[in-house]
Formats: sequence, C-alpha cells, structure tokens
Amino acid sequence: MDFSDVFNFSDYDRLIPLVANSLWAGVLLALVGGLIGVFVMNRELSFAVHGISELSFAGAAIFLLFGLDVVLGSVVGSLTAALIIAVLGDRSKDRNSIVAVLMPFGLGIGILALALYPGRAANKFGLLTGQIVAVDDPKLASLAVISAIVLVSMVVIWRPLLFATLDSEVAAARGVNTRVLGIVFVMLLGLAVAAAVQVVGALLVLALLVTPAASALRLSKSQLWVPVLSVAFAFVAMIGGILLALGGGLPISPYVTTISFLIYLTARGISFVRGKLEVSK
Amino acid sequence: MNVILQVNNASLQFDERVIWQNLNFEVQPGEFIALIGANGSGKSMFLKSVLAQQKLTSGSINFLGSKVRRGSTDIGYIPQHRSLDAQLPLTVFDAVRLGLDGHKLGLPLTGAKTKALVTEALIQVEADQLAQKPLGELSGGEMQRVRVAQALISKPKLILADEPLSALDLNHQHVVSELIANQAKKQGAAVIFVTHDLNPVSDYVDRVLYLAKGRYSIGTTQEVMQSDVLSDLYGTEIDVVRSQGRIVVLGAHDHDHHDDEEWV
Ligand SMILES: Nc1ncnc2c1ncn2[C@@H]1O[C@H](COP(=O)(O)OP(=O)(O)OP(=O)(O)O)[C@@H](O)[C@H]1O
Ligand SMILES: [Mg+2]
Repeated sequence: MDFSDVFNFSDYDRLIPLVANSLWAGVLLALVGGLIGVFVMNRELSFAVHGISELSFAGAAIFLLFGLDVVLGSVVGSLTAALIIAVLGDRSKDRNSIVAVLMPFGLGIGILALALYPGRAANKFGLLTGQIVAVDDPKLASLAVISAIVLVSMVVIWRPLLFATLDSEVAAARGVNTRVLGIVFVMLLGLAVAAAVQVVGALLVLALLVTPAASALRLSKSQLWVPVLSVAFAFVAMIGGILLALGGGLPISPYVTTISFLIYLTARGISFVRGKLEVSK
Repeated sequence: MNVILQVNNASLQFDERVIWQNLNFEVQPGEFIALIGANGSGKSMFLKSVLAQQKLTSGSINFLGSKVRRGSTDIGYIPQHRSLDAQLPLTVFDAVRLGLDGHKLGLPLTGAKTKALVTEALIQVEADQLAQKPLGELSGGEMQRVRVAQALISKPKLILADEPLSALDLNHQHVVSELIANQAKKQGAAVIFVTHDLNPVSDYVDRVLYLAKGRYSIGTTQEVMQSDVLSDLYGTEIDVVRSQGRIVVLGAHDHDHHDDEEWV
C-alpha cells in the first residue's frame, strides 16, 4: 500500500460537496457528544456507553437485514440497552456487570444479522467502523431530529442533573427526582450513541462521547469551560477526521479516534506541566 | 407560629431488628435539638425518615402540618460526612448556588442577586476566600463548611445536620454550631443536630433526643443527661459526670466496644 492512499488531497474541491452531509452530521455529533460526555465522565458511565453502542449496532444490523430503517434500528437497540442499564444498574458496580453481560450479546447478534445480510460489505462494516459517504439526506434529517431532542433536553435538565451528580442525597432532599433524572439521562445518552453509531461506527463511539470530555476535564474545572472545550475537541476530531478521511478514502473512524486521542495526550501533557509549575512555584 | 415537626408513634425496624420505636414528640420553631446515640442507634435513619427517604415501619411524621414527602426547599440537609466527587467541574461558588435553586430546570446562569446570596452564605462559614476554588481541591473541613453554606442558603424552616462537626477543627466547630443555631433563633427555624459531643453545642441546645437500644429519651440537657435516665435507657449502669462545665458519659456501650467510656 502506498502512503498516498492514506493522504491524497488532489481531488479535494470535487470531493467536499460529496461529504457535505457528513460534515453537517459531524457538527451535530460534536455538539451532542461533547455535552453529554461531561456527564458521562462524572456519572461513571463510560463503560455503559460501550455497552449501549453494541446493542445499538445489533439493532441497526437487524433492521438492515429485514430491510428496515437502519437509524431507527440503532435507536431501538440503544434505548433498549439504556433502559436496561438505567433501571437495573442503579449502582455503578451492578451497572458494570450488566454492561459486561449485554455487550458481547449485542455484538454477537449484530454480527449474526450482518452475516445473514446479502447486501454490500461496505454497508455492513460501516455500522462497526463508520463510513464517510454513508450520510444521505434522510439520514441527516433523522440525525438532526435526534440531536435536537438530546440538546434541548440536556439544556432543560442541566441544573438538576448537575446537582444530582454532585450530591444525590442533598439533591433528593431538595426535591430533585434523582432516579427519574438518572433514567432520563441514560436514555438521552442512548439517543446520542445511536446518532454517533451512524457516522463513527459502534466500536468507536467512545472517542466521541468520552475522550473529548476527558480531555476537557484535564484542562479546566469550570462549569462553563469544560462543556465548551469538550464540544470544541469533539468538533476538531469529527471535522478533522472527515476531511482527512476524504483524502484517503478509508473509513473516517481511524482519523477521528487518532485526533481525539492526540488531543487527550496533549491535554494530559498540559495538565502535567501545569502541576509541575505549581509545585515549583 | 406553627409546630415544625410532629413525630407520632414513629417506629423503624429492619427485619426483626428494632432501630427505634414509638417516638413521640414535637419540634417548635426556633428549637435546637441535639440528637445523640451510639453508632448504629438510628440517628441518620431518623433524619432520612423526616426527609421521607426512609419509610417508617409504623407511625407518622408531619412537617409543617402535613405528612413528610420527598423533596422540600424548606428543609436544609447536611448528610453525614463523606467525600464528594472531586472530578466534577464545579467551584465552591457553583456548589453553594445549587443549594439555592439546583432543583429548578434549566441552566445555572448567575444573576447579581444569586451572586450576592451565595457570597453572603460563604462569608457566614468563613469560606468566601474559597469561592473560585474547584471542589476537588478542598480539605475535608473546608468541604464541610461548603455543605453547611449550601444547606443554609435557602433559609430553610428545618435544618437536619448529620454530624456536621465531624471534620472540623475546634474553631470551625464553633463557627458552624453558632451559625446553625443563629439560623434557628433569627429565622425561627428548627434544628436537629446529630453529634457525638454535646459540649461544642451546649450553649445552643434546647433539648436532647437520646437514642439507645431501640428506645429513646427526650428533654432538656439537665433532664436527659442524668445517670438514672441513661442507665434506664441502656438497661445497665451508666455514669454521667459533669466536670468544668463538660458532660462525660461513662459506660455507654451498645455493642462490644473495648473501651467502656464514651464521650457524648
Ligand atoms: N437498608 C437497611 N437494611 C438493614 N439495616 C439497615 C439499613 N439501613 C440502615 N440499617 C441499620 O440501621 C441502623 C441505624 O443506622 P444509622 O445510619 O441510622 O445509624 P447512626 O445512628 O447514624 O450511626 P452512626 O453514628 O454510625 O452514624 C444501623 O445498625 C444500620 O446497620
Ligand atoms: Mg449516622
């Protein structure tokens, strides 16, 4: 394989319009993933994200097999997983074991459905690893609807969710329905995962829903800057990833995950140096 | 003014084990009640019952005339000390303001009025210097003061404080006790204050609620902290010793403690 297969930008101006939909999808996902990620980190849901994404993949694969709408399948799979995790996994330990049980099951079912699917292989792998030109107009429309639901809901529940995450006992004493709020959040997370699976694929959802927020938390402790940075990092990873993928014609995921990872390394580096400086002061 | 709390024949048991039974008393506005008892005597569970987070086995508790229900902005709750999630991107200021309106939907945007209230609450616990500090960087005692500020900022009618002095140095024990007591006297709030040591709050205590062995005793410090009352409660010989204005309880052990001396 030639290196120019990975980076080849000669036809760029001709290619960009082809991925306009993907770019818009990337912007939406960055917003959703960056914001949700802040609470995923603090509610110890990283592992749950992974579990939800496998079931989302299974849902999508089954719907694909039966000729139904793939996005809808993703959403159904995600929400099922989210509901199970939210209702059964109240405590973090229970949750981890439930996720660990769900994950291989989802992946197995999904692979079975793909194996039985007679269509093109590219469609199949897209669900696992993401595809660059996979976002057609109807898909973009459904992503926009999902994103809008998640974003509006997050803005509405932000303050009580913050309170419940900080101290669920005190928040409950004050009248926050911590249990319902927890379930609502995991369901929103399920929707966000279903959306992300469409573009980056089920295996790499964490790079969008966890890594940017983890990087942001390394750099700031401000309730304003952490979400802002997290969205910005998700944005750079998504859009950067799509543009680079365009040059190579490879799936976008390796690019997105690599950028996301490099941002995380940089953030760790910066916080490390800062810590050193403070000690030596 | 109305009675703040009415406890009617309240009992709590887990399986066969009686934690406390037939609690009967009322709490008036402005009253400061010290809740005392050995580990496991059910002090925290009593506060949780008032918050309706723990169901009674029988009996009832009324708050401001109606049966307790989950969630009230008229109750300020300081749970028993435990470390909070340090990762959360919140400053001391942000945490205290959640005590004011954290239950409301929307984004935590801060206006001038909110800012003034939070600053005032922080000054009261001598933590205004800490306002912009991330929660994760606080010491245990600093965190405890932040929690006190968070509980008092909404000017509650009832303050439930579960061992609020546990992480504090002597100076801040006085600051926090006095602050909570003042809230009671000035705003007419009632206070239920769980503590293992009566001495730091002896100036403020109106009545003592003593839980032991599934039974209880309530009354003024003079009435309850007597050798015969506590001996009767525990069913074994207890000595209450007063020396230099301090009260020491000797021989109060519910469990198989090795030392036979407990500071109350
Ligand atoms: N869900 C439960 N099931 C069974 N027993 C319980 C439950 N919750 C609490 N208990 C028991 O109730 C008793 C009272 O607990 P509580 O937390 O009220 O004690 P406490 O007086 O606050 O003690 P401490 O001084 O250690 O804080 C304890 O023995 C505890 O083990
Ligand atoms: Mg307790």
